[in-house]
Amino acid sequence: MAIDQATVRKIASLARIAISDAEAAAMEGELNGILGWVEQLGEVDVTGVEPMTAVIPNTLRLRDDVVDADPLTGGNRRDDVLANAPAPQHGFFGVPKVIE
Amino acid sequence: MTELTNLTVAEIRDGHRAGDFSAVEVAEAFNANVAGAKALNAFIVETPEHALAAAKQADADRAAGTLKPLSGVPIGMKDLFATNGVQTTAASHMLEGFVPRYESTVSQKLWDAGCGMLGKLNLDQFAMGSSNETSYFGNVISPWKRNDGGNAALAPGGSSGGSSSAIAARLCPAATGTDTGGSIRQPAAFTGISGIKPTYGRCSRWGIVAFASSLDQAGPMARDVRDCAIMLENMAGFDPKDATSLDMAVPNWEAALSSDLKGKTVGIPKEYRLDGIDPDIDAMWDAGIAMLKDAGAEVVEISLPHTKYALPAYYIIAPAEASSNLARYDGVRYGLRDLPQGAGLQDMYAATRAEGFGPEVKRRIMIGTYVLSAGFYDAYYTQAQKVRTLIARDFEQAFASCDVILAPTAPSAAFGLGEKMADPLAMYLNDVFAVPASLAGLPAMSVPAALNREGLPLGLQIIGKAFDEQGVLNAGLAIEERAGFTARAEKWW
Repeated sequence: MAIDQATVRKIASLARIAISDAEAAAMEGELNGILGWVEQLGEVDVTGVEPMTAVIPNTLRLRDDVVDADPLTGGNRRDDVLANAPAPQHGFFGVPKVIE
Repeated sequence: MTELTNLTVAEIRDGHRAGDFSAVEVAEAFNANVAGAKALNAFIVETPEHALAAAKQADADRAAGTLKPLSGVPIGMKDLFATNGVQTTAASHMLEGFVPRYESTVSQKLWDAGCGMLGKLNLDQFAMGSSNETSYFGNVISPWKRNDGGNAALAPGGSSGGSSSAIAARLCPAATGTDTGGSIRQPAAFTGISGIKPTYGRCSRWGIVAFASSLDQAGPMARDVRDCAIMLENMAGFDPKDATSLDMAVPNWEAALSSDLKGKTVGIPKEYRLDGIDPDIDAMWDAGIAMLKDAGAEVVEISLPHTKYALPAYYIIAPAEASSNLARYDGVRYGLRDLPQGAGLQDMYAATRAEGFGPEVKRRIMIGTYVLSAGFYDAYYTQAQKVRTLIARDFEQAFASCDVILAPTAPSAAFGLGEKMADPLAMYLNDVFAVPASLAGLPAMSVPAALNREGLPLGLQIIGKAFDEQGVLNAGLAIEERAGFTARAEKWW
């Protein structure tokens, strides 16, 4: 099923990527080329086949219920977490005003 | 010092241990090669001081009798692994200037084993590409040239193109790579080196910039099979910080290397014989079959009936996962922020992502967003995941009658930079032989097997059963011993 430029702009909006009209026009052809090609998957008879959920059988583990059990991924690392933030403020991530 | 940079990982390790040279001499020799190879653009960041510090430690450890498994061995680190205090970009503008405050599990294991870091290696942006032409920091150039007297710049493969180019040019004896749909094997094949993608879950994904989490797997690249075994032993292992990490002991792959394949059966998948493929590829494949027979293996034809659907399934599943994984780049917590005058939060997200992602990354995020969107999810994504089950089942059934599978790594030798950039689909098709093993999570490696008529390296791929890296390495070794591949790129850089 072919997608049009309005759909391209809708997808870009869902993906939070700003695109110009020229980019939308170029992407229309590229995305249709790729989507047209992947549509051949529709030929495959998948009756009774379960979609893959884990490529290598594995069980989900639970870690011990301990605070900061792993110092790397535990708490009290505010400065490390903020070290690469583009606009940290007062120990928080800074963002443009979201509430009027 | 050129001799030292010709040594393999095993030779450096053993020579250093025996006192033939110091680790500092080795590090200085490789640092000099790195500094002299800017024309290849293999490194995004060079870290000669890191390599030297590890070398000094290795020499001190030797004096103290406390040598580690890889003391004295300097390596290259693909710039997809987070390195504490050293810029980590995934070759993107989005992460330009990002300096992690933590170390990826795999890189930490290598430093703990005594390795030093020569630098962060260039790659396709967010590991999305097959030619290293999508990096924000410029193309990596292969050290190889065609023998036609022309001077065309060739692709080192991708996404681990900095790793492959640097190893082939003797800028490092080994490097880390990551493989989502062939990103270790295809660049290895293009540059005449070896590389192995282990079973999904062998190497921790913690601290590796995520692309498609159900496919991403780290592995080593080096000049021979033994070096791949050594490196993999020091990269693999259970990590509680990765939910899909395999809780299994790491075998001693190096010690168990054996090229005697008596009693082993090698499967040749008939669906990998493509119409119109370069006759040099088929000739190399036939030569590889003869080599494995010579090593004592029995050879049987097998069928992997869903092979032709692997690439289209991959190009739904990988972009879908990427669109989700890359949602984290929002201009708030780390990386680039583009805040147009007067913009609100939503506009900031959109502007940041428009500015920070390259065209191929945007294309894949868009495809992924579309196939996951309401109304299309079942037709595309669920269907692709069902086909993935069938592809894995193909392998399972084939392995009932063989131990390993032999196939070409890529359908062509290295192509010229720019030759395939106009058509994303033509680029994707280069991974036709690599992607099925990725979708099934199986260990697979590429070893150099021959030169084509243009004088360029070609690689053979060995695919093994889950957890049987040993079988893959052993078959690789049997080919390596018989192919006698010693060709190397003549220095022009």
